Amino acid sequence: MIKDFLKTLVSNRKSLVGLCLLGFFVLVAAFAPLIAPYEPKIDRLETVAELGEPSLEEEIVSEDYPSDSRDVIVYRSTTTREYEKTVDYFPLRAKPSAEHPLGTNHAGNDLFSQLVWGTRVSLTIGLMTGLFVTALSLTLALLSGYLGGVVDDVITFLTNVMLVIPGLPLMIVVAAYVTMKGTLPIVLILGLTGWPYPTRLLRSQVLTLKGRDFVRVSRSLGERTSFVVFREILPNMISIAMAEFFASSMAAILGEATLEFIGLGNVTVVSWGTILFWAQANGALLSGAWWWFLPPGICIALVGTSFVLINFAIDEISNPRLRKR
Amino acid sequence: MKYFLRKLGLLAFTLFVSVSLNFFLPRMMPGDPARALLDKMENLQPEQLDTIRAAFGLDTDDPVIVQYGRYLRNTLRGDLGTSFSRFPTPVSEVMRVALPWSIGLMGLCTIISFSLGTLIGIAAAWRRETKLASATVGFFSFVRSFPYFWLGLVFIYFFAFRLRAFPIGGAYSVDAARGGAAWWLSVLRHGALPAATIVVSSLGAWILTMRNNMINVLAEDYITVAMAKGLPIRRIKSMYAAKNAILPSVTGFAMSLGFVIGGGLVTEMVFAYPGIGYMLYQAVNAKDYPLMQAIFLFIAVAVLIANFAADVAVMILDPRVRDGAK
Repeated sequence: MIKDFLKTLVSNRKSLVGLCLLGFFVLVAAFAPLIAPYEPKIDRLETVAELGEPSLEEEIVSEDYPSDSRDVIVYRSTTTREYEKTVDYFPLRAKPSAEHPLGTNHAGNDLFSQLVWGTRVSLTIGLMTGLFVTALSLTLALLSGYLGGVVDDVITFLTNVMLVIPGLPLMIVVAAYVTMKGTLPIVLILGLTGWPYPTRLLRSQVLTLKGRDFVRVSRSLGERTSFVVFREILPNMISIAMAEFFASSMAAILGEATLEFIGLGNVTVVSWGTILFWAQANGALLSGAWWWFLPPGICIALVGTSFVLINFAIDEISNPRLRKR
Repeated sequence: MKYFLRKLGLLAFTLFVSVSLNFFLPRMMPGDPARALLDKMENLQPEQLDTIRAAFGLDTDDPVIVQYGRYLRNTLRGDLGTSFSRFPTPVSEVMRVALPWSIGLMGLCTIISFSLGTLIGIAAAWRRETKLASATVGFFSFVRSFPYFWLGLVFIYFFAFRLRAFPIGGAYSVDAARGGAAWWLSVLRHGALPAATIVVSSLGAWILTMRNNMINVLAEDYITVAMAKGLPIRRIKSMYAAKNAILPSVTGFAMSLGFVIGGGLVTEMVFAYPGIGYMLYQAVNAKDYPLMQAIFLFIAVAVLIANFAADVAVMILDPRVRDGAK
């Protein structure tokens, strides 16, 4: 089932482009230390060179001749080495150049390196949140859709309530209260405001599957609930769950960038959002430093586009009406 | 009627949840934000300290439930507390100044974006074999993955900074007399870029929803029958297909409204547009919790009411809902 699904994904042109784009960013994130010319928060280059040969000096401290057959000589040997340390400070707010392909920021950090390292943080937060939201909403959807009854009523009602409370303002208010700043709090904030929509979609899919003949047969044969849920229903939800995963990840990457841009994230971490935060805080816009604020946005958009393309393909696979005739 | 009452009940309950969230969020948070705030703000006047304590319920020994009751009563009366950062202005006063700008900007943008997006979506579904249709759909799905605020930055850079065609930020010119023709013109000029940002970023969602609905409807048998009967194409397109395809769009309207408003908030922040979004930005930076909460509450109430209105519209438009709920 999963194999077939992946095979169709690769054979679809749209999703192939999307998968390649996403793969590119995953590779950049994985090999950030190899790709980035500098560490993201370094503003100078230090080189140390040894000058000449070390010189050795020996100095006799005391001499003693206790007997004819024994001499005791105490001496001090000193080795002197000379080094030359050169510190090259990166220029501040520099234009793109050979050393700094995307220039430098207000603190002299290399912006290309920041972009590469930032891929790691932004992608991790996006995919982690996507995974969290998908797991949470899949669990809730299976519980409410399959069990029905009071459980269903409670979950559906909660979903409907959370669905209409506007997400971004809620996210901003919650993030403003959170005093700990880090990856996990952001993932939690994004995840806990992002679950209602996927839960509703997944639940209706569970309901549809529950009414299908093969599930009815399985149930009337007396199969265990766990078998029906995990072997009969879940495999048929892979495509829709994947679609929700990519949609949630995209929302999370956008949400993270927005929170960071407003200054509600951890501004000392280097991510696409914080690059934009510092660009805005230091007037990159009005000094014409396009190389500072354009690239992070383009990266966010490209990752987003890769998710959208993959989802287009999933849509076409699961909804034949959208397929081109 | 049952449908109407159920929706009304949901509205009341969601309003209640939003109001309660505001009360319990600061009290549930780990790390005690109140203490952190008090520690950080040392050079405050004693009256300001009192406001902060009152906002977090640190000034009384009443149990939380009593505080909650008092909070609900105050909120119902429209008393939302006092702003920390604009002390001693009440929060409701701060909001009153900002609201017209936001309602004007976001309201207009939502209407433009919804109508334009729906029309483009219909056209894109009707001629979906053409290159233009797939190019449009592709382009807007790409644009949709831009962060709103970043698109705003790009617009400022190209149109305000490079071309100097529009102002960089703000909502009106301070030189013109308020209310005069020159002033209104300046309002339009200042609003153009923020409006363009919101419309361009939200258009894609409407186009895609409408296109997909329309494609689903076009595959229905009654369209084939209408075609076979030789009805005028225009009539089939507007009266048979679009009319039915638009219903899910109306249902999704309120939910998308939440996104549009969220995007509008961030757009205002980028353009320093003096609406509630920019106010929220300032409140966040100044750790002005009462103002933040009031803004959240206002947005929630606005979205919830719009949502309810959309449900009522569906009830009027859709005979299945209308008659099934007698």
